[in-house]
Amino acid sequence: MNTPLRRISLVVMALIVLLLGQATWVQVVKADEYKSNQYNQRVLLDEYSHQRGQINAGGQVLASSIPTDDKLKYLRQYADGPMYAPITGYYSQVYGSNGIERAEDSILNGSDDKLFVRRISDVITGRAPAGGNVALTIDPKVQEAAYNAMTSKGYTGSVVAIRPQTGEILAMVSTPSYDPNPLASHDGAAQKAAWNALNPDSPDSPLIDRAISNTYPPGSTFKLVSTAAALDAGMVTPDTPVTAAPRITLPDGTTTLENYNGEACGSGPTVPLSVAFAKSCNGPFAQLADQLGGDKLKAMATALGMENPAQTIPMPVAESDTGDLSDASALAQSGIGQRNVRMTPLQNAMITATIANNGVPVAPHLVSEIQGSDLSVVDTTSPDSGSRAFSSSTASTLTQLMIGSENGGTGSTSSGKIPGVQLASKTGTAEQGPTPKTSPPHTWYDVFGPVPDPQVAVSVIVEKGGNRGDDATGSSVAGPVGRAVVAAALQQGGR
Amino acid sequence: MPADRTALRPIVAAAVSTRRGIELALLALAAVITTGALVLVEANQNQQLNLTLLYLGLAYLALFGGAHLAVRKFAPYADPVMLPCAALLNGLGLVMIHRIDLARAAKAAQLGNPAPDADALRQVAWLALGLVIFVVVMWRVRDHRALARYGYTAGFIGLVLLGLPAILPSALSEVNGAKIWIRVGGVGIQPGEFAKILLTIFFAGFLVSKRDLFTTAGRHFLGMTFPRPRDLAPLLIAWVVAMGVLVFESDLGTSLMFFGIVLAMIYVATERSSWVLIGLVIFGAGAFAAWTFVSRVQLRVDVWLNPLGDPADTSFQVSQGLFGLATGGMLGTGLGAGRPDLVPLSSTDFIFTSMGEELGLVGLMALLLLYGLISTRALRTALAVRDTFGKLLAAGLGFTLMIQVFVVCGGVIDLIPNTGQAAPFMSYGGSSLVANYALVALVLRVSNAARQPATDKAKPEPGAVPAAPRTPLAEAHTQMVSRGDAATPPQGSPALDGDGADAHGAVTHGQAATPPRGTTPPRGAPVPPPHGHGAPGPQGPFPPGPAGAGAHRTGAAPQPPRGRTQPGEHGGGGRTRE
Repeated sequence: MNTPLRRISLVVMALIVLLLGQATWVQVVKADEYKSNQYNQRVLLDEYSHQRGQINAGGQVLASSIPTDDKLKYLRQYADGPMYAPITGYYSQVYGSNGIERAEDSILNGSDDKLFVRRISDVITGRAPAGGNVALTIDPKVQEAAYNAMTSKGYTGSVVAIRPQTGEILAMVSTPSYDPNPLASHDGAAQKAAWNALNPDSPDSPLIDRAISNTYPPGSTFKLVSTAAALDAGMVTPDTPVTAAPRITLPDGTTTLENYNGEACGSGPTVPLSVAFAKSCNGPFAQLADQLGGDKLKAMATALGMENPAQTIPMPVAESDTGDLSDASALAQSGIGQRNVRMTPLQNAMITATIANNGVPVAPHLVSEIQGSDLSVVDTTSPDSGSRAFSSSTASTLTQLMIGSENGGTGSTSSGKIPGVQLASKTGTAEQGPTPKTSPPHTWYDVFGPVPDPQVAVSVIVEKGGNRGDDATGSSVAGPVGRAVVAAALQQGGR
Repeated sequence: MPADRTALRPIVAAAVSTRRGIELALLALAAVITTGALVLVEANQNQQLNLTLLYLGLAYLALFGGAHLAVRKFAPYADPVMLPCAALLNGLGLVMIHRIDLARAAKAAQLGNPAPDADALRQVAWLALGLVIFVVVMWRVRDHRALARYGYTAGFIGLVLLGLPAILPSALSEVNGAKIWIRVGGVGIQPGEFAKILLTIFFAGFLVSKRDLFTTAGRHFLGMTFPRPRDLAPLLIAWVVAMGVLVFESDLGTSLMFFGIVLAMIYVATERSSWVLIGLVIFGAGAFAAWTFVSRVQLRVDVWLNPLGDPADTSFQVSQGLFGLATGGMLGTGLGAGRPDLVPLSSTDFIFTSMGEELGLVGLMALLLLYGLISTRALRTALAVRDTFGKLLAAGLGFTLMIQVFVVCGGVIDLIPNTGQAAPFMSYGGSSLVANYALVALVLRVSNAARQPATDKAKPEPGAVPAAPRTPLAEAHTQMVSRGDAATPPQGSPALDGDGADAHGAVTHGQAATPPRGTTPPRGAPVPPPHGHGAPGPQGPFPPGPAGAGAHRTGAAPQPPRGRTQPGEHGGGGRTRE
């Protein structure tokens, strides 16, 4: 009976092998899937059990973890929470995270490979493992000016300020904002109450970062793109005469397109392009787009960063796009930033910055440095210039056109001028909503300065006319906000 | 089967010594590992490190030192590996139970509740009781064959214990959905733990006395000899019991364990794989039927197939266990540094996931190999011992342990549907610990019989060659003899005649064993091989254990009286079947 005994021994070994095989399956092959399951509390408990890195900007700590004596050892805290919430995001035990908290999570929780050497040394030296820090490009003074300019008037909208030469984002504001502190509370009920108060499912929720997650019709600010394309193609100069009619009929023969308030662009039948640009007449630019053709217009938009679904700053940015331009009437309407053209405020700021940077777009970014827990520099973001979108002569022509708009055109009527500083700007008043003629418009203001050595490019959108209702224009509502931001940036001295 | 001979060598070819020193050294190593594990837990849980830990380690060593002394006294030739393996598993289990005590205490403190009673202390008390039982079994059962006499009694009690939870009201028998408990006044025991040993004793005795029932040839089919249908009755009874356990206790684990032991033992006794085939088919059919008709079985199977399907409710336990294992990964979080307490029953049924989380896949492998070591040592004991009852008993107990580990571990790692059972030696729980130490004591008893030189019990008669009288035959060096001396080889050397037909003629003083057919050194060799590996293959002349006593030794070995349970008689039959 020894033969069966040996076979039984083999069965015993086979059982062990089966167990080991399944254990390997669970602990190695499926480990990541199981570990990241939302019902596994270990990962979160673990993250809370050692200190998460800070988010800082310009020497100010925006988000940090402080020790507590409850089960979760560290509490996430946000200084000036609402002002920076669109950037830092929140970090909630129940509701997850967003913003930099999410995009740079692996740095902040210390698991990123960039911190590998540091982790090893933590283990060797017995230091408590702590996450890395993320230093932002944000300039707190600019951010504060932008946030205050928006909130003091109760505006809903967004401000983005970029340093044109480097792509550093100096300010990124979305209003109304929210305080991320209660969402990081260790009290589940407080978290829930704060979360529900923010109407997370509403399209108007403060949780939505309007600067990068919402797209808006750019309105007249899109004339920067159509004019750049026309100038770069050699079709026009600032002196080219264009129609001055208060309204034109679109190529489909029935739809009419009129200027703001149905006003004529000049007293004669034509005006120079520069005047039409300064007064932001619609007819000439619709015709320009028609003459350019959809492909050229789309190509210019793409070169300026639109039509890119994969952009990150490092948070993912909603795609700005021009829509379908194959139909001639659609193309004409798109040339003035209506129809299906949609842009994030960040994209509009990028376009402005590209003009300020002589036609070379630089990828916008928020993170300037990755730091170890001891603030030593682990990694630095260097400017990432794209290929030239248009020639530098086109850029300087556009700059002159924008100066004309700022000084004598639509931009000249609003307040907040900065003495001794030459700005270049373009306003936009974009029809929106299901009943465009009676709904208050979105108002835009794109500006950079000082010319000839621009330090900052800003795009402002105030949704639905701000506090002026139907009468709102980019100039009257968004303009003062933009100038305040530029002023704050220039007081910093620039470089 | 020449190829198999080497398999036995490690057991019988070792030195003549009792190897108790090895056992003591291994126990000391287990104590060192356990103490080290305890220190790690304390350090990672930020407890104060002091000399108490060292004293605990020494106390642990003292407990097992007592067991060791009992082995030294009552079974000096017993296998030296099994007790240390059990001790190490037990020690690591204790450390884990203590670690989960700490986590529970911390949680209670956080909620402002008083700390719950420490399970680890109670488990130490159970361990002490388990070792007392271990010593008692060693002391009272001086010859395992005596157990055969109580086979039917054991079988009856075992069956009652197995079935009792199914009959008792759920309030007394159900914990966490498995009706495998008897709870009387706060103390719960799992009768199945004791039933498995009693039923193994019963089956060993039953198979020895009723072997003919199982070996009568029926049809030949698919190259196998099938039993006659009317001889299937015992297997069918076992099947009915297994199905009853599955349906009424909704416990696939116990059912699988019970039926697996029966099948394995029938297979060992009959050498017919047809029994295994029939058994697997009817068990599979029965299990399928149970799955079809019994909703509780369905639920367990659903959770098994889709462990993350309902992590908030029905598959909460299993999924939490899997999360723990996955978080542990390859190397584990480190003892005391994980969160095994998040898994329900983390110190009892799910202790494997606690171990897997903190020790990782590597630690889990080590634990499973320790179990494998105990189980295979028991099976080697079965190979080495000469009497059929001993073979079946050791094999049955060894296989029981492994199949229980398979059921428990397989359940929590989602290899098979999960059932609530204790991991032998590791899980918190008294029944399991006490029963498994009794199990190890029995196997050690058998292994002592397998290795004990006959001279220990039957002194050589006057005139016997005095050379190396204590050398077990199988471990002796072969001596050169001249051709003329072949008829009477010196004591301790193998019989010459490879045929074995005239074996008795080669025996002097009734000492040398009867070489089984075909198991002697190379056939046709004119003289025994020279020194060196001339020692006969492991299956060659057995150490003359009690069961192999020749005619001259009657009265020396404590053989049961003839005509009663006759394990010895069938032992002879068993040998010749090799």
